[in-house]
Amino acid sequence: MPDATGLELLAQDLRDADPEAVLDTLYFRERATVLVNPARVRDTLTRLRDRGYRFLASLHGVDYYPEEPRLGVIYELLDMQRVDRLSVKLRLDTTAPEVDSVVEVFPTADFQEREVYDMFGVTFRGHPDLRRILMPEDYEGHPQRRDFPLGGEPVLFTFNEDATPGYTQ
Amino acid sequence: MIRRPAGDAEDFRVRQLRARDLLRGDIDGADLDRYVEERVLTTTLDRAVNWARGNAIFPATFGLACCAIEMMTTVAARNDIARFGFEAFRASPRQADLLIISGRVSIKMAPIVRRIYDQMLEPKWAIAMGACSSSMGVFNNYAIVPADKFMPVDVHVPGCPPRPEALMHGVLRLRAMILGDPGMGWRERYDARGTAEVDPAAAAQEAAVVAEAENVFGPGDTAGA
Repeated sequence: MPDATGLELLAQDLRDADPEAVLDTLYFRERATVLVNPARVRDTLTRLRDRGYRFLASLHGVDYYPEEPRLGVIYELLDMQRVDRLSVKLRLDTTAPEVDSVVEVFPTADFQEREVYDMFGVTFRGHPDLRRILMPEDYEGHPQRRDFPLGGEPVLFTFNEDATPGYTQ
Repeated sequence: MIRRPAGDAEDFRVRQLRARDLLRGDIDGADLDRYVEERVLTTTLDRAVNWARGNAIFPATFGLACCAIEMMTTVAARNDIARFGFEAFRASPRQADLLIISGRVSIKMAPIVRRIYDQMLEPKWAIAMGACSSSMGVFNNYAIVPADKFMPVDVHVPGCPPRPEALMHGVLRLRAMILGDPGMGWRERYDARGTAEVDPAAAAQEAAVVAEAENVFGPGDTAGA
């Protein structure tokens, strides 16, 4: 992990290369996070990769409901030479969430971006094959969003016995 | 199936000697007729076929989740379902009679399970093993679907996962069903005869009808009315 100072230096380097790349930095419990501009994520990740963060350990989505903008995409980077980890975050609105794909920078992002698309509905521009990966292809909706109905069968407990009349018929 | 006691040793010896006589050709006439009558079992073709089907069920080699581990244990040496004749797990659904849905079925897996079931030849049966395939178990979400929603299930085996003994019991229940003996004694065991619920309004109405009939015909046997 870069320490707090190292994180600021790193963010400043990224800002020097592109003034609009970094929106914010966060250092919490020895965990360094860079909040990046969604429009510049591919360039920023390319720069970080060239600095040594050559391994994309994970790419995942988050729904921050009720905060706005709701959706987040998180890239966990690892520098395997210095054993140094860095989280890169970006936030997206739920109305047509779109962000550049990083498959060209990190080929491992392929399936993980498909999963984020499947579960959260984030569209990745430039992805070679963006389809659902976990749910059936004709499935409607993005089930990991917080406003997605829980679904499934109603389960009868004693506390909701009266609320579901006719359940046992 | 009615099981008759084998008889004592002396009886057995007598029958053995009689069989030897028959083979020698020493029995003839009325004696021969009686001998054959005593030893030939008549039954209907259906019963004979069901007896054969029920005692040699071939399950499909098909595991879904943790229940499949228990299913394998059921087949393995300690529990050994071969004792009952169900050990021949068939890798092709075309050769299988029984689909054990052993585990959770996700919404993406459901059409595949259904297709395997459709590929099996009649007669075929299905056992939903464990809580997930019967009622989604602990999963109340978008991904899991109970087996009853997409295919007919003959026997549900509860448990999470069910022990091998429970699965064996389920298979034996299925066998009893196939052999055409659906009683299986559980009503007697739970003392469940004559416990039907009675609607008070309907009972009052019936009593009124009986009283009216007695007015017209006089008191007597109105049970058939």
